[in-house]
Parts: sequence; structure tokens; C-alpha cells
Amino acid sequence: MSQLDNYAPVGKPALLTVEHLTMRFGGLVAIDDLSFTAHERDITALIGPNGAGKTTVFNCLTGFYKPTVGRITMKREGQDYLLEQMEGFRITRLAGVARTFQNIRLFSGMTVFENLIVAQHNHLMNASMFSIAGLLGLPRYRSAEKEAIELAKFWLHKTGLYERADNPASSLPYGAQRRLEIARAMCTKPRLLCLDEPAAGLNPKESGELNDLLLSIRTDQGIGVLLIEHDMSVVMKISDHVVVLDYGRKISDGAPYDVRNDENVIKAYLGEDEDEDLPPEIAADVGMQP
Amino acid sequence: MAGFKTAALPREGLSGAFLSALATAVVVLVLTIPTVGLKTDESGGSLIVTRHFDTVAWLVGLAFVGRLVMSLFMARRAVKPGEQKKAGPSAMDRFAAAVARNGTKIGAVGLVIAVLLPFVTSNYLIDFGTNVLIYVMLGWGLNIVVGLAGLLDLGYVAFYAVGAYTVALLATNVGLGFWACLPLAGLFAAAFGVVLGFPVLRLRGDYLAIVTLGFGEIIRLVLLNWQNVTNGPNGIGGIPRPTLFGLPFAAHSATGPTFAEFFGLEFSPSQRFIFLYFVILALALLTNFFTIRMRRLPVGRAWEALREDEIACRAIGINATNIKLSAFAIGAMFAGFAGSFFATRLGFISPESFTFTESATILAIVVLGGMGSQLGVVLAAIMLVSLNEAGRWFSFLGDIALYRPLIYGGAMVVIMLVRPRGLLAHRQPSILLHGSDGPKESLVPNDGLAASTGELP
Repeated sequence: MSQLDNYAPVGKPALLTVEHLTMRFGGLVAIDDLSFTAHERDITALIGPNGAGKTTVFNCLTGFYKPTVGRITMKREGQDYLLEQMEGFRITRLAGVARTFQNIRLFSGMTVFENLIVAQHNHLMNASMFSIAGLLGLPRYRSAEKEAIELAKFWLHKTGLYERADNPASSLPYGAQRRLEIARAMCTKPRLLCLDEPAAGLNPKESGELNDLLLSIRTDQGIGVLLIEHDMSVVMKISDHVVVLDYGRKISDGAPYDVRNDENVIKAYLGEDEDEDLPPEIAADVGMQP
Repeated sequence: MAGFKTAALPREGLSGAFLSALATAVVVLVLTIPTVGLKTDESGGSLIVTRHFDTVAWLVGLAFVGRLVMSLFMARRAVKPGEQKKAGPSAMDRFAAAVARNGTKIGAVGLVIAVLLPFVTSNYLIDFGTNVLIYVMLGWGLNIVVGLAGLLDLGYVAFYAVGAYTVALLATNVGLGFWACLPLAGLFAAAFGVVLGFPVLRLRGDYLAIVTLGFGEIIRLVLLNWQNVTNGPNGIGGIPRPTLFGLPFAAHSATGPTFAEFFGLEFSPSQRFIFLYFVILALALLTNFFTIRMRRLPVGRAWEALREDEIACRAIGINATNIKLSAFAIGAMFAGFAGSFFATRLGFISPESFTFTESATILAIVVLGGMGSQLGVVLAAIMLVSLNEAGRWFSFLGDIALYRPLIYGGAMVVIMLVRPRGLLAHRQPSILLHGSDGPKESLVPNDGLAASTGELP
């Protein structure tokens, strides 16, 4: 049985290329020889049953794990960055990969606005010249700070958090905390945004707003989005490209429609067909043709 | 008084209150018989035990009545079933928030008082003020490490010692004056901060505390045992006093005019006390100014972000290594400044001044004051130094100085029960979008306590 692996969008160059990625924890193989490509201005969804290794892939991409084998190449401004060799904070700083977490990680004691300013640390730090320009309040630092405030305001408006900007991040409702985490990641000015289950715990209305936000990030900002998601309504509605993992292996890779009808995917999610057919009365009950 | 509500009445009404008061009295009796009731006195070359059971009786009676009154008071204020509990922050929380909002004004008033103090009081109070200011400065320095960056440091006194010994060694061996030594002491202490920082980069919380505790002890033991450099337990004396642009504060000077001669004043020892007081005031203000500015800069915000969530810091591209090291180095630098002042003020230092007790006191100041609160540190430093001096002030109460550790511990227990996050725990945002008007919810820094004790946020 040949594997579905024919996704090749026209006019969208590759942004992130993962080749032969393998991650072992002792004897456990969490990711097994995974290769896929995420393209510019594409929403790429990484799906799969629980324990398929999706978050492990994210942790490898963002430097939290060092992969056992494999190469991860990120293109930014014509330069190739090999993520598997870089320290975590450099991956965000140089290669422009930003991420959010499955269980939200905000700076909860700080305000919403402060969260977005901290995210622009590297830009501001350069402008403050080891804090000296900042301590003296030189114009160079002040204008950089002004820019940072404008960018933070832009994302506050975009995520509907403007009114609550001075409230502690921990005081926001769950859905707003998810949006704030996305806004914080966007404030690092990434080329690729990695979202780990952004729709988890959202109600249908919030989930719809999230779809709009992600589509706008893709279209208006022109950046790539890599998405882990269980909510199929989100995945099928907004993704351009779906990669399916099961037990650390890629079992399907293609456009959403193709993936949905791939028998490998159906098997992974719904289980294997039994050898013998169901008794006719049960088959009739579940609506199957004998 | 949130802490006391957990001690609910065992039974309703008067009999319940009576029983709980009785229980309290028994606890106090058990505790005070060995600590207060028995005392060893010297008599004719041997120790005899004298009994002070009258004092015990007084204390037990006091505890009984106090608990009874409190229970009845609480019972009256207790929420009736079906009645909605009043929501919102407590009076103390609102007070702390108000203090934090008006921090600049309160600080300005405090500064005026601090500047005027030496001109209206006695030498003793100036000396007391100098003591307080040393602890304020150390508290502010440690606040950068513990309060802002969230790195629990139990060996902070090591940097204080490095600063003090830098001045002592440079002054006695190389012949440098205090003002030349001061920046070097800060630099040296900062270097030691980085040296400590490197091995502990991966540690947090309890583990970090243990390693820093060990580091503090290592420094003290090296000072104690490196005889031919530090003179061991005998310490180093003859450290020169600071001068005012070369004018010494002495009755006579062989090298030039003294301060009194230059200004045509009558020489008085209190001039030196006042001068020292202003030196430490200036150093402490420098620490404060620096901290306040840093909080509004990327480094300061990154410190706070590091305290909140280190993994999220890495995910937004913050180099946690550099940020941690900078917190250690800058905190250590201010301890080094304070240490150099300590050395020049006394003219003599020995390893005895840099024991773990000092570290614990400084940490207590930061924690009692409220992590990250600059005014809280001042308040706590005044309180703790006052407790040290209380024996002298209340000498008419007899040998109260003997009970100092008891009072000290008791006061801490009470404060931690009533204000578990410190006296003035209220975080003021480093930047506001909508300005200072408009209702805001209280910001409480994440000190990791909530997670470890299972307390719900």
C-alpha cells in the first residue's frame, strides 16, 4: 500500500524541512524517521492519535530536545539554519521559530501588556546596548521602546485583549490566555509559528475566532503556521496541508481532503478492520453495507 | 487575619471558645516551662537552676485570655451560614496596593526624613540608622536576585564578605583608600557572583538554595583558614576610614588639613558618624535607583519573566543563562559595595561577621518586606534591626535581651501567618498601557510557593 505523500503547493517555497528525524528516549522510539516540509504562507497541521509524538516533534524543532538522528532546516532570508544544532533561545532569535505550549505558559504575575513587551526582549536588548543606553534613556533606546509598544498594541487589538492590557495575565479567562500566548509568540516576529493544541479547551465560538486569527496570521503576516490539533473542525477548515503521525511514524501527508480519505489515517483513528465481517444484523445497525 | 481563620472553633459558642483557650494555654505552658521557667545562673563557680514560674504563669494567663477574646471576636465576625462571604482583597492587601501605587511619594517623604535624621538625633540613633541602612542596601541587592529573578540565594553574605575583604586587603597591603577600593570591591563581588552563577545555572528552588548556602560557607571557611592572607579568625584591622575628597575625619592629621580644620569647625566624633551615615545612604539610594530603572529595562523584565516561567523565556528567545548570571552579578555587586562600607566603618573585620545568620537575616528582610517590594525591604529592615536593639531599649523590663531569638521567631511566625507574601507584597507593573487610572486587579508575583504547597491561585 503506497503512502499518501504528494503535497507540493505551487508558489510557496519550503520554509521548514524535517529530514529523517528520529528521537529515542532510552528504548522508546518517540519519533521514527519522520520527514516532512512546511511551506511559507501555509497552515500545516500535525495530527495523530494521543502519544503519536506530535509534541516531541515540536520540542525537537524548538530546541527543547536534541534529536537522536535527523536534520531540521529552517529558511529565513535566504539563509539556512540547522535547528537541531542550535540552542533553544537562538532558534527563536535567529531562525524565527516561535511556539506556544499545550498547557499555557504565560508570565502569569505580569500584566498582559508586559507579556508582549518581554517577548520583544532581543530587539530591545540590542537597542539598550547592555542596558547602558536604557539606563541613560538615550533616544536610540526610547525609539526602540516606542516601536515595541506599537507592536504590542497591534497584537492586543488583533487578539481582542486591548481593554485588559493592564490586567495580570493570570486573571484572563482560558480562551483569552490562549490568544495572549499566540500574541506573545507573534511579538517575537517569527517566520514560523508553532502552535501546540491552540483550540484545546475552547468553546465553538472561541474556536471560530481562533480560526480567523490563524488565517489572518497566515494571509496578512505572510508567515507559516505549524499546528498540532485534535479538533478536526479546526484542522479541516483552516489547514492547507496535513501531516498525520502514528506511533512516531508518518502515515499520511497531503491536502486535508486527501488525508481525510486516506485509509491509513482511518485505520489509525478508528482501528483496523477485523478479518471476518460483522454479523449482518450488527452491520445493519451501524449502517454498513455487507 | 486570614491565617487565624483556619484555626476554627472546635465547638460552637462560649464553651468552644473556652476549650480552645484552654488548649492554647496548655501549649504555651509546655513551651514556656523550659524556655522561660528555668534559667541557669552562675553562683559561686557552679551553675544553679533558678525557677521563674511566676513569669510562666503570667504568660499562660495572657495566652488564655488572649485566645478567649480572639475566639469570641472571631465568632462574632464569622460568616453566618447562607450569608455571602465578602469578596475582594483584604484591608492589608488594599493598603499594600495603595503603598505600591504611591511608592514615589512615600519614598520621597522617607528620603527627607532619612536626610534630616542625623541633624536632629544622637550619635546612638545615627549609628542605628547606619545599621538599618546597611541592611536596607543588602535587602535591596538581594531583592534583585530573589524578588525579581526568583533565584533563592541563601549565601548572599558571601558577596558581602568578598566586598569587605577586598577593601581590607587592598587597603592594608596596597595602601589604596576607601574610595579607590569601593568600585574594585563591587567588581570583585560581581565576579564572584558569576563564579557562583555558572555551576547553579540549571538549578532552581530548593536545590539552588542548598548550593548557595554551601557557597556562603565555603567563602567563610576560606577566610577563616587562609591564615597568611586573611589572618584567619584574628581578622584584619587598621582599615582606613573614608575621607571627604581627601579630608579625614580625625582630630589631627599628619598629611594635611582634617575635615574640621578645613571648614573651621570644632572637631567632634559625631561628624564622622554623620559622614558615614550619608555614605551608606548614598550607596543604598544608588542601589534603589538602579533597581527601579532596571525593572523598566529589558533585563529587568527578563528577570521577572524568568521568575514566572523559565521555559517560556527560552521559547521567546531569552538567553536564560545570561539573564541569570546578570542577576547574580548585579546583586553581588551591591553586596560588595555594602561590604566595603562595612569594613571601612568598623575599621576591623573578621570571618565572624559573615556567618549564615547574616544571610538568613537579609533573606528574612526581603521575604518579610514582600518579595520585589522596595519599600517593604525598608520596613522589614527597620523592624529586624529594631528587634536586635530591643534588648537595649527595653532594659527596664529586665533581661528581655535573653528572649530576643524567641521574640524574633515569634514575630516572623505572626507576620507569615497574617501576610504570607510579605508585608507589602504588591507588584506594580513596570509599564502600563492605559495609564494609572482605571480599576486593576492585584498583581502577585509567582514565588513558586503556590505550586509547592498545593495552594490554589
